Amino acid sequence: MSLDLVGLGIRHPDGNALIDDLNLSVAPGTVTTLTGPSGVGKSTLLNAVGGHLEAGFRLRGRVVLNGRDITDLPAERRDIGVMFQQAVMFPHLSVADNLAFGLSPKLRGRGARKAAVAKALDLAGLAGLGDRDPATLSGGQRARVALMRTMLARPRAVLLDEPFSALDPERRHEIREFVMATIRRSGIPALLVTHDRQDADAAGGPVIALT
Amino acid sequence: MKPLLSALALGLSLTPALAEDWQQVLDQARGQTVYFHAWGGDQRTNDFIASVGDRLQDDHDVTLRHVRLADTADAVARVLAERAAGRDSGGSVDLIWLNGPNFLAMKEQDLLHGPFVADLPNARYLDLTEGSANTADFTVPVEGLESPWRLARFVFTYDSARIAAPPADMAGMVDWAAANPGRVTHPDPANFMGTTFLKQALIELAPAGTDLSLPPDDDSFAAATAPLWEWYDALRPHLWRDGLSFPENESIQQQLLNDGEVDLGMSFDPASAAAAIADGLLPDTVRVHVPAAGSIGNVSFVAIPANASNIAGAKVLANALLDPETQARMQNIDNLGAFSVLDPARLDDAATAAFAALPTVPALPSLQDLGPVLAEPHPGWATRLTDAWQRRYTR
Amino acid sequence: MAAPLHKVRSLRGLGGTLVALLILLPVLFGLGHSVMAGFGHLPVLGVKGPSLSPWQTLLAQPGLWRSVILSLWTGMAATVLSLILAFGAIAALQGHAPRLRRVLAPLLAVPHAALAIGLAFVIAPSGWIARLLAPALDWSRPPDVATLGDPWGLALILGLILKETPFLIAILLAASSQIPLRAQMAAARALGYGRAAVWLWLLVPQLVRLIRLPVLVVLAFSVSVVDMALILGPSNPPTLSVTVSRLFTDPDLHAMLPASAGALMQLGLTALAAAILWAAMRLAGWCGRAILRRGARWQGLDRALAAPVAMLALLLVLAGLAAVTLAVWSIAFSWRWPDLWPDRLSLATWQRQSAWLPAAQTALWIALAATAIAMLLAVLWLEGSDRADRPGLQGWMRAAVALPLVLPQLSILIGLSGLLLRADLSPMAAVIWGHVLFVFPYLVIALAGAWAALDPQLTRTAASLGVGPWGRLWRVKLPVLIAPLSLAAALGFAVSIAQYLPTLFLGGGRVATLTTEAVALSSGSDRRVAAVHATLQAGLPWLIYLAALILPAFLHRDRRALKGEPG
Repeated sequence: MSLDLVGLGIRHPDGNALIDDLNLSVAPGTVTTLTGPSGVGKSTLLNAVGGHLEAGFRLRGRVVLNGRDITDLPAERRDIGVMFQQAVMFPHLSVADNLAFGLSPKLRGRGARKAAVAKALDLAGLAGLGDRDPATLSGGQRARVALMRTMLARPRAVLLDEPFSALDPERRHEIREFVMATIRRSGIPALLVTHDRQDADAAGGPVIALT
Repeated sequence: MKPLLSALALGLSLTPALAEDWQQVLDQARGQTVYFHAWGGDQRTNDFIASVGDRLQDDHDVTLRHVRLADTADAVARVLAERAAGRDSGGSVDLIWLNGPNFLAMKEQDLLHGPFVADLPNARYLDLTEGSANTADFTVPVEGLESPWRLARFVFTYDSARIAAPPADMAGMVDWAAANPGRVTHPDPANFMGTTFLKQALIELAPAGTDLSLPPDDDSFAAATAPLWEWYDALRPHLWRDGLSFPENESIQQQLLNDGEVDLGMSFDPASAAAAIADGLLPDTVRVHVPAAGSIGNVSFVAIPANASNIAGAKVLANALLDPETQARMQNIDNLGAFSVLDPARLDDAATAAFAALPTVPALPSLQDLGPVLAEPHPGWATRLTDAWQRRYTR
Repeated sequence: MAAPLHKVRSLRGLGGTLVALLILLPVLFGLGHSVMAGFGHLPVLGVKGPSLSPWQTLLAQPGLWRSVILSLWTGMAATVLSLILAFGAIAALQGHAPRLRRVLAPLLAVPHAALAIGLAFVIAPSGWIARLLAPALDWSRPPDVATLGDPWGLALILGLILKETPFLIAILLAASSQIPLRAQMAAARALGYGRAAVWLWLLVPQLVRLIRLPVLVVLAFSVSVVDMALILGPSNPPTLSVTVSRLFTDPDLHAMLPASAGALMQLGLTALAAAILWAAMRLAGWCGRAILRRGARWQGLDRALAAPVAMLALLLVLAGLAAVTLAVWSIAFSWRWPDLWPDRLSLATWQRQSAWLPAAQTALWIALAATAIAMLLAVLWLEGSDRADRPGLQGWMRAAVALPLVLPQLSILIGLSGLLLRADLSPMAAVIWGHVLFVFPYLVIALAGAWAALDPQLTRTAASLGVGPWGRLWRVKLPVLIAPLSLAAALGFAVSIAQYLPTLFLGGGRVATLTTEAVALSSGSDRRVAAVHATLQAGLPWLIYLAALILPAFLHRDRRALKGEPG
């Protein structure tokens, strides 16, 4: 049960190699951190793993999740959750509906689904705010909703693309702990891209510097 | 009651064979939708056609769709195009309100269904004897290919509050226009009414002995129209907009008359002024004028294209237009005011009484006021007049 | 590559195929038909070419060369003046973009024909303006001055400017958000240039490049317009477009040949106009740079910015009067010179529903159907482009979409009608398809921007939550884009309601809409019933536009992030 990158190489549309022959294995319940200067291709790598690579980028090697080769699958069939730098909220849905949007369709029944959403709100410390417009939430609240939404989809791996960098310094610590604890508890592998030393420390797993 | 009575009357007066044939037509027509392509520029005519459609629906289960044309040529073009494309049936036009040149064009190219007029039960009210107005459309023999429905007479309308009555003859129009500069005009001769204005002048001004019922050739046209152009050259500088532009048709000219921009209008419907006054579309001081020598008159016809989709329905409609009750309703100034094509001598007592009881108003001339009918020249004259006028006066 | 990519391609392919089949091929076949017929080859008539006789017949039309010059002159004058006015207006009112947009929106939705009918009464010698002046100038009768249908086509130019200036202003407002306008303005003013000079030297040259396509659309429309030219233009002779469309409806079917030649001539004339405009712009740019190199600050020019504002205000007043005129005439019984107001009002025309209801219903259904079909196609296409990771308008598709707009309608439709003669298509279906042909490009152009501006992380997030491509479209993209979608639909509706030639030509006169009826009635004797049609024609798109503003705002009333969408 792990996320494995096997001989991964990414070439930019202009021909430059961004990543060359990267081999990496992320164990379940752990967070591997990728660091490196801007433009080195950290986010592109996450896009490749998540299936969001833009046209023109050329990919070599395999992405294997839990022993299954997912390299050629579309994003929605990879079971890989993503948290972006700006927590993405669907602006037309309420907070609760944003969470319900993530909720796996395998969970059936109106009552059960409602309860799952309520529990997620509770876990995120947002009980009672389900009917709110996501645009009225603070950055920290949004980050927590985004994470809960990701987890509700029951992903088999999570990608974190500098999810804490847009947060206030005071809130950052608290959210970081919340995210790391949630991932560890779920027992799935996670890849974190960050510039922040403290993020890597909190993640606790291996740190790989891309150059 | 009425439809039943007239149906009864029909049944009695027709020969059994004819009645049987007609019953077949009625049966075929049931449920059909007839596309009647007719000039749509006059709201009262449109309303009248709609009312005929209501009757048609009630009496015969035939639906009437009035396709309102800006120009009859549109529908003729349609039929020609369909024929050219090899569509010999299932065409989009079922019945057309025609005038001379368009009739000639369709007849010459064999685009008309028929003869059918004699088969219509109501044709017995028509004077179809040789030489009657119903048998020739702009001198072109009708030969049963089109059915009459209303009588047209060329008349002038003028605002009696703003201008003296037009002169008794066309020659006098030069002085009259000079006395009222910029207040007189005529529709563009590319339009039917504009051509009629020129034809009316041609009939009065052509050298003695000119036979306008013959198709013109270059020489006869030049000879016949020389006095006309002399007259027109004298008239034109006094016209509205210095004779440089003209209303597109008589409806626009009527609007100009209503707006007070000009003081003269013209029409092929002697009742149009009275109708327009009642409808708020002309000042109530407008009157009708006809030259002393009379004016051009003709009969309006409907015809069925050979490739019509609903021939039976079209026949039922053509017959319904000739119903004495419909014709009396049409001649009623409160409805349309167009003169009936039926022969008074052939009407029964009830119909005669209905016509006698029709209301009258000051702007509505009587048949006597209208004077003699001048026959339409051969259509060739109209075409050449339009061309010659455009060559001479279009910049 | 793998299976999903294959699926992705197929949608892209479907959109492209639909567009090619429904839009591109008909347009090209229509033109091809015109070329054949224009050079005397029309086998259905038994005419075999090639021959030059159609051209000889065309050139023998009375006053043809004057018609040609008139079309070129009115079209170019209207385009250039509208462009100058639009630039002047946004230069002067740049800070008031939202308000400007709101003021112009209703004008954008009003169809050309309705505006022309209203304007005709305002400026006629017996019209409102003349009636206002009559007491002071002691006019007992309307002056015999050709303020309408004048030989120079000035009334037509005015009508076109009235309609095209707001369109170009809207386009310019959108384009000016693509350049760092404020920064450049600040930088240049700090160097001592006046505001007007900054526009002339810096902003206009940048913006002109961005609005080439809309300007071409305006030019092609203005050079070849038929409905407005019928109502406002000269008649002896009329513009080339009117002459050609009359040839097309001539009872003699062989007039189809010179009409086809006319369609080609109209096409050539449009190309000529575009070439002249392009050359003039190059020349202006060259002169501008020469002056710029001399360092002209031209601070005094700022005062001249008042002129376009005054002109725009005048245009708005004229448009307002035109709209009021339509409404008043529709409830007048009689309204004669020199009365400023009808002496008798009556609802009779409105009450006689048979006179207008069928046309209104037909127009409504055609517009709804055409907009729905075009919207479906546009969304399919934009979504297909997204999935192929080639978002927006690119390559041959871009040209294909713009084609129906930059070619004269007359030129396309004459050939198409010739082709349709052979097809057994019901007139209604033909008309709806004809409308789709002209609605679709507007929808794509209107939506492409909003579609491309959509945050890609929204769909990525949805994908990472396990939502497939159709789910992302249906549950994320469409709801988030509901405001631009509604506005685009309203635009499509307005475009459809305004169509004159496609309805007339493809419907073969059997399909009567508000527009064809209004144009036909405008050459009738009853201005009231024409006014009812024109009022409805202007009112329906306006109502739909209003609904398009209100509906998304209502649906998203509690969603802050979706407020302040372009509107």
